[in-house]
Amino acid sequence: MEEIRIRLRHGDVLLGDGAWGTMLMQRGLRAGEPPDMACISQPGAIEEIAALYLESGAEIVTTNSFGASPLKLQMFGLAGRTEEINRKSVEAARRAVGTRAYVSASVGPTGRLLKPYGDVEAGEVQAGFERQVRALAEAGADLICVETMTDLAEAVLAVRAARAVAPAAPVMATMTFDATPRGFHTVMGVTVEQAAAGLEEAGADILGSNCGNGIETMIEIAREFRRRSRLPVAIRSNAGLPVLREGVLAYPESPGFMAERVPQLLAAGVQIIGGCCGTTPAHIAALRKTIDSSRQ
Amino acid sequence: MDILKQIAESLERGEDDPVRELTSQAVADGIAPGTILNDGLIRGMGIVGERFRLREIFLPEVLLAARAMTGGMEVLKLLLVRDKLPLGTKVVIGSVRGDLHDIGKNLVGIMLKGAGFEVIDLGTDVQPERFVDTAVAENAPLIGMSALLTTTMPAMKEVVDLVEARQLRSKVKTIIGGAAVSAEFAGQIGADAYAFDAAKAVERVKQLVG
Repeated sequence: MEEIRIRLRHGDVLLGDGAWGTMLMQRGLRAGEPPDMACISQPGAIEEIAALYLESGAEIVTTNSFGASPLKLQMFGLAGRTEEINRKSVEAARRAVGTRAYVSASVGPTGRLLKPYGDVEAGEVQAGFERQVRALAEAGADLICVETMTDLAEAVLAVRAARAVAPAAPVMATMTFDATPRGFHTVMGVTVEQAAAGLEEAGADILGSNCGNGIETMIEIAREFRRRSRLPVAIRSNAGLPVLREGVLAYPESPGFMAERVPQLLAAGVQIIGGCCGTTPAHIAALRKTIDSSRQ
Repeated sequence: MDILKQIAESLERGEDDPVRELTSQAVADGIAPGTILNDGLIRGMGIVGERFRLREIFLPEVLLAARAMTGGMEVLKLLLVRDKLPLGTKVVIGSVRGDLHDIGKNLVGIMLKGAGFEVIDLGTDVQPERFVDTAVAENAPLIGMSALLTTTMPAMKEVVDLVEARQLRSKVKTIIGGAAVSAEFAGQIGADAYAFDAAKAVERVKQLVG
């Protein structure tokens, strides 16, 4: 496989995968266990989900390591298994996709707030991310995916950690924004402009947004990123925000609805398109079709 | 300026030391601790909550204000105890079994503390028994549950059922919130209330046990 940064430099558009949490839930998570432990307790389920996304046309498949930083695992008394969990998350994805897709190693927020707002020191957070990324990179991840961040300081620490311990690995960094009366901000108050500048300066290769919004809002966020940075933009949209239908909660955006709007993401210059909460292999397959037909 | 107004405004700016000092000053001026609490600290935090709801400010400002509030509360705490005034009704909160999301739940905790409640936060992935056992042990009249994932919604019903089974319905109220749930769902499982967001949660909790 050609390195992902070279593909992006050539102007290629790459399709990512969809939601993991709901897919794992459907396969039964163990009570009292963080989802990341499924890498150890149910590797078969991880492989199955990765394979489903691969078959749907995904070229980038995410590892099940979103919460596998030691600071987060510590909440379950599992910090000591950081290396094992992260290594197995990459191995499971790799077994499923081989070299037919990039294995994108997920690094999510620690769930702790940095000083002065919270109780944790920047050094501790960065050291934790370094431990996680080292394990992910040594297991052969194709890129590091810092995602769902709302605090720019934490996102920057994760990107820097990746740069420090895996200098050769491409780094994608995406944050989660809300539409507010004064434009897009994360819940911590970070604008797209600040995110683009901060992440780029920290050394990210790919910027963008995941989670928190349906595809129409994501198109606007993508345009904002494009205006603020020359780096490749990645957008992984929710299938809308959950609504209640006949007493059951559902994500409203169908595969067709999302696929119809892909040309607008492409026009905005987005080069990595994927799904977040509520998206399924069917969504990814629909996105695949639209991307392929727009290439012709 | 009215010192209570100064406390509220200083709290809105998230100023630790000034809030503490102004609170001490108000006590020295002979203002009743309960008045300082309600018309100073809680009023300031209420404004912070409203501005956050409108996204005029963001989480960092809320967190700083909450911390300043804690500082002011420490000054008042001993006096409130001395005057036998309630320190604030206890409430038990947590994300339900299987749910590891805690941003929304933490926000609710901050806002409830800001409104003067004593918050016992059980964290995430909380077993139904633990919610109820804690409410009983702490003599808390309210359990607040959060769920982001649809798959964890049934765990909310288990908590409500457990409250019912232990014949605690009259003593322990239940309220639910989070992206997965709705007022309709609260009705279906027999919870006492539903709150759309952290500000609404405070309003509803006050109605239930305030």
